[in-house]
Parts: sequence; structure tokens; C-alpha cells
Amino acid sequence: MSRSARLALGLALLLASADLVLAQAKKDVARNYGIGLAATAEQIAGWDIDIRPDGQGAPSGSGSVKDGEKIYMDKCAACHGEFGESAGRWPQVAQGKGTLASHDPVKTVGSYFPYLSSAFDYIRRAMPFGDAQSLSNDELYAVTAYVLYLNDIVDDKFVLSKETWSRVKMPNQYGFFDDDRETSEKAFWNSNPCMNDCRGPVKIIGRAGAIDVTPDEKTQKRGVE
Amino acid sequence: MDAKSVITAPSPQAPVKQKGFNIISGLAWSGRGKIKRVDVSLDGGRNWRNARIDGLVLDKACVRFYFDFEWNGEELLLQSRATDDTGYVQPSKDALRKIRGVNSIYHNNGIQTWALKRNGEVENVEVG
Repeated sequence: MSRSARLALGLALLLASADLVLAQAKKDVARNYGIGLAATAEQIAGWDIDIRPDGQGAPSGSGSVKDGEKIYMDKCAACHGEFGESAGRWPQVAQGKGTLASHDPVKTVGSYFPYLSSAFDYIRRAMPFGDAQSLSNDELYAVTAYVLYLNDIVDDKFVLSKETWSRVKMPNQYGFFDDDRETSEKAFWNSNPCMNDCRGPVKIIGRAGAIDVTPDEKTQKRGVE
Repeated sequence: MDAKSVITAPSPQAPVKQKGFNIISGLAWSGRGKIKRVDVSLDGGRNWRNARIDGLVLDKACVRFYFDFEWNGEELLLQSRATDDTGYVQPSKDALRKIRGVNSIYHNNGIQTWALKRNGEVENVEVG
């Protein structure tokens, strides 16, 4: 065999073996290395619960303010209050409009949440507290509709569903803005920070001791018991 | 979070035990990059001295800083001030409040103050 013929044969063998390796690799990928199971459509649907602000991805079903009132009274009012005003120190879910810029902002579905999907998704994942994800889609729609009603966003005849989703206008949708610190806090970038005589006399104007928030030995022990 | 630092000793759980030589120690970090320098004040932010940074300085990671001082038993107001490699200097709480208002607790990266008392105890205080 000439030298070039030998080279050609070697190359052909090399290519053939590369083909074999590639074919085996394809087979391995197809078999997922024998690990795991293919997810069923039902399993994927169980995880695929994200909803866009415009309602895309919302589940089928519907619920009225009227039906929601009963569910709310049974499962929500004990903590959130009959009118969403909060019972004790649990979160308030209604009213609070116009308070966001005050010293004591009240953040509720009506005063703060940007989108209906934010409220619906929160209730769907986390409520009722202690019995999360126990509500059916119809119940979810109903109780969400009732919370919207408590915030004067819909009237008492309203029925919430994927179809009526876009009729809900959230009051604080345009109250959010992009992080603007690089302009609003530009003064904090300072290549030459003051080192001497940087301010006038310093006075203590508040003490943690007075509000009793510094943990002591006793409270620390209680924490691990 | 923007650049932030805290003095971990002295602190309420780590009072000063003796007059004379003492070491202030704390942590500094920044969500914007690496910590470049830390300054310490003993008089509530009137005057600052450069602290020494110990160990590796990594992106968005805590660094340990130290500052040696002689304590003559007087009351002090201890503060630390971090600067990161973007040039951002940790602001006073007052400077932050002027821009963000008084309800910006989630990103409170303002300078915090410990009052060191004559008996060596330390208390978290607000200064004005």
C-alpha cells in the first residue's frame, strides 16, 4: 500500500469510529441516560401557573364578588378583617389609597399592587395562610373578585374570569418607576470623601435601649429553646 | 444593596473590656462591586480615619476591616463608612432620608452609630 493510500484508509477508519461515537451519544441523549421520566402534560400544567399582567396564562373558571364574599368571610376575614382592614397585626388588603408617599404608607391590593396578576398569583400560591393552594380555580377567581370589590375596583355584580380580566384597572399600575439611583443619588459617588471637620456638633437623638430592640442574653436563650 | 458597613466589635454583645489599646472590627460589602476602602469615625462622623482591610477583597462579598485605637474611657460615637470600586461612598442616614424619605428600610445602607459608654457598654443610637 502506498503511503497516501494508507493515510486515506486511516482517515476513513477514524471517521467511521467518530460516526459510531456520535451515534451512541445520540442514543444516550434519547434515553436520558436512563435517568428520570418524561413529564406528563398534566404534571407540566401543575407547574405552569404563571400569568402575565394582561391575563395570558390565567386558568379557566370564573367567580363572582357574591361567591367570593362567602369564601372571604370563612377563610380570610379572621386575619384580614371583614372589610380588608386587617384584624390585629395581619396585613391590610383594602383601602390605603393615597398613603404611599406618606410617612405611614398602607400597601394593599388597591393602593399598591401593580397588576391583577400580582394579586391573583399571590392568593393562589400562598392563601389561605396555613391552607395554601386549597382553593379551586373558581374559588380563587371569586375571592380575588371580592378583594377587588373591597378596594372599590369592581362593583358588586362583577364576575372575574380570563374573559373579564382586562376590564380590571389597578389604581397603582403606573405608580412604579425604574431604579434611578445613579441620577437621584449621584452625590453619593465621591472620589474625595471628607475626612476632617465634616459636620457640626453631634447629638444623640434616639436610643435603641429606649425601644428595647437590642437582644440580651435572656431573649437569645429564648430563641433557641 | 449599595455600599454598606457595620462595626461588629465593639457592639452590645461585645463591650469594651479595658482602657488603652483596642481594636475596632467590622464588615463591609457592596452590591455594586468590590470594597475599596473603609473609614472609621470615633466622634459620630466629624472626623474619619482610614481602616485596614484584611484578607481577600471579592466582588459583592463581605470584607473584614480593622481599626486600632487607644481608649481613654471617654464616651465615643463609633461609625464606619465603606467606599466601593465604583466610587460610591456609604452615605449618612440623614443624606439617605433626604432623597428616599423615611420609609426606605429595605435598602437602608446608611451609616450606623454605636455609642460607647464610660463603662464599656455599647448601644445602638441615632445621631443628629
